[in-house]
Amino acid sequence: MGEKVLMKGNEAVAEAAIRAGCRLYFAYPITPQSELIEYMSRMMPKAKGTFIQAESEIAAINMVYGAAGCGKRAMTSSSSPGISLKQEGISYLAGANLPAVIVNVQRGGPGLGDIQPAQGDYFQAVKGGGHGDYKMIVIAPSTVQEFADSASDAFDLADKYRHPIMILSDGLLGQMMEPVEFQPMKTTEEIEELNKQHFDWCIHPNQPEPNHHHHEINSLEIDPIILEQHVIKLGQKYDVITEKEQKWEEYSLNNDNEILCVAFGTASRLVKSAVDQLNTEGFNIGLIRPIRVWPYPYDAIKKAITDNVKKVAVFELNLGQMIEDVRLAVNGKVPVKFMGKVGGILFTPEEIKAQLEEWLQEEK
Amino acid sequence: MKVIAQRPKSLTDLAFTYCPGCTHGISHRLIAEAMDELDMRDQTMGVAPVGCSVFAYKFFNCDMAEAAHGRAPAVATGMKRARPDMHVFTYQGDGDLAAIGTSEIIHAANRGENISVFFINNAIYGMTGGQMAPTTLPNMKTSTSPYGRDVADIGYPIQVCELISSLRAPYYVERVSLLSPQDIIKAKKAVLKAMKFNKEGRGFTLVEFVSTCPTNWGMTPLDAMKWAKENMYPFFKLGNFRDKSLEGGE
Amino acid sequence: MKTEIICSGFGGQGALTVGKFITKAAMREGKNVSWLPSYGPEMRGGTANVSVVVSEKPVASPLVSFPNILVALNQPSIDKFGPLITEGGLMIANTDLCPNKLNRDNVDEIYAPMNQIANEIGSDRVLNMIAIGIVIGKTGLIKYETIEKDLTAFLEKKNPKLLELNLLAIKRGIEIGKE
Repeated sequence: MGEKVLMKGNEAVAEAAIRAGCRLYFAYPITPQSELIEYMSRMMPKAKGTFIQAESEIAAINMVYGAAGCGKRAMTSSSSPGISLKQEGISYLAGANLPAVIVNVQRGGPGLGDIQPAQGDYFQAVKGGGHGDYKMIVIAPSTVQEFADSASDAFDLADKYRHPIMILSDGLLGQMMEPVEFQPMKTTEEIEELNKQHFDWCIHPNQPEPNHHHHEINSLEIDPIILEQHVIKLGQKYDVITEKEQKWEEYSLNNDNEILCVAFGTASRLVKSAVDQLNTEGFNIGLIRPIRVWPYPYDAIKKAITDNVKKVAVFELNLGQMIEDVRLAVNGKVPVKFMGKVGGILFTPEEIKAQLEEWLQEEK
Repeated sequence: MKVIAQRPKSLTDLAFTYCPGCTHGISHRLIAEAMDELDMRDQTMGVAPVGCSVFAYKFFNCDMAEAAHGRAPAVATGMKRARPDMHVFTYQGDGDLAAIGTSEIIHAANRGENISVFFINNAIYGMTGGQMAPTTLPNMKTSTSPYGRDVADIGYPIQVCELISSLRAPYYVERVSLLSPQDIIKAKKAVLKAMKFNKEGRGFTLVEFVSTCPTNWGMTPLDAMKWAKENMYPFFKLGNFRDKSLEGGE
Repeated sequence: MKTEIICSGFGGQGALTVGKFITKAAMREGKNVSWLPSYGPEMRGGTANVSVVVSEKPVASPLVSFPNILVALNQPSIDKFGPLITEGGLMIANTDLCPNKLNRDNVDEIYAPMNQIANEIGSDRVLNMIAIGIVIGKTGLIKYETIEKDLTAFLEKKNPKLLELNLLAIKRGIEIGKE
């Protein structure tokens, strides 16, 4: 780790991706992620990498498909409407077992919506926005440092599972500046080592025959018997991921929590402020923040619902999406309350606090 | 025993799945022969489309990627940029290239990507069963233009070589046909040129093949050849549209 | 100890930059910080504002609803954020573009003709540096030396003249803040 620098989330994740060995980046401009593509346009040439401003988000994700098929660390980024366009490509990446990283700097929707921070793409990200049986590891950072760290995390996971990984951030994380410390830049030798792990399947690793002929990058299996086996294998991969890759943060969590809050990403920061205030006033509120929203930490939430927990409170910048997963975890044990904000409007910590006070009052 | 003809090394030993009389087999063979003759196979990666030639990734004996419908030029761009030391080609039909993938082909051409595009124009959607293509001729009947293509309603066929050669970057653009042995010999020369320019890293090359679809046209293979000569040539004129190797400068 | 700041003004006045320099200096001095701009159509011409949090503990919410310090470079900024300043808080306003005062009993209000002073120093561009100077002079939230070091590294080669003017403007602001 080096010196702390003050950076926007959009720029920090771009820098971190380059340091993690990404030398191929393809994207299309859209607010509020434009600083990311601009940063890449400045820095990729200096890192002797490829930057292409594609003709569309569709083209960009398919360029990623081609580059990932060559076994290289490739990335694209966009914001909500552009991520919708990429869904076709994401499904193909998953179907073809290709490692890739997709960054979503979410904004308000549906449709064109607005350009303010929102979390309305939760369903799209974790329930599969594209077609077919696929899942995607979805990392939901909540600080600029985490946003940056998620880049190497995402590439490592992508390589490990040969699978597309999404970083689900939002306009607030993209636009805000916080201090960030970067991992050291991977050397050319280190990047070559990373590439080597894909030589047994990727297209043309330049190995002598018979090893390299004839590799195929493909998501088509026209024979149902073969497709069945292929999808069952994908399912087994998702099972392993579900078992091994859950990640969450426990904040002010203890056996005496009266209310258990659940929130992810930007919303969780606003909730933390409210929780801090209430706890200094003598209440006992805990928070679970899923750091990865797929695979979802159902068991962690289940475990946190001690006999003292009267309610679970979910806070999201949408109409209520993750709450469905929270309900699965709670399984009817206690009531699940919801507070949401839409349209790219944030709830303030004061509003959250007032809402929690009201829910606490109901218990008296 | 003397070998007079054999399968090019750049084709796998799988039997083609194409209909009898289909010209895909010919264009596959021409590309494979060019790869063999230019000794490119070890350094070549291909991209197959969605359409009748969706299984091209099984037939070409080099590393292959199967792209989403229309996206082959974008996938090829990603591959070429990831491996600039390799040679990349796409093989696309008229629906793939001139309808759903119009944006990708125009912009790959406009960037002058160092790839070769082989474009099969048979004026119809074959795999899905004979629907209207962007290159379907005026008044031509298909399963989605049962009264004939009404140009006042749906517009004229798209002339891809004319369109691509209106851009500055493309290095080599030629329309050939597969309708007679002489035409096939000419087509082979165009494929060789495109692949040679590709190997030399000269820039974007595209060869359009005026082809037939006897099955969906409802004709015998020979009638289809005859029909294509009479009806497609007036609209899809054969010839070279761009060859920068013959120009000074660029 | 946590200080929450809003800096606000017309786009182009440098309100976001005021926030950025304070944030950066506080970071260099070992504090936890965040800088959250309003963005969008407001970027040009409208009221641009930024929430800055400087804290001993990690910053939870980067959103400032009730600032301890408001730097208002124009009237709409006073109108919008003035009533939200916490009791005992501080407002620093540019009288050249703020004809109406806030007049709250429980807020320390410092008014300075920043455009005029900036012109005296020699450039409109240093207006925001005066505001930073006042924050330093009045609160000691960050040190002059930290900003001087940052600015010097940034401008010494690129524009030594502007560096000199900037440092003059900060010093002038510090004097006003201490008055």
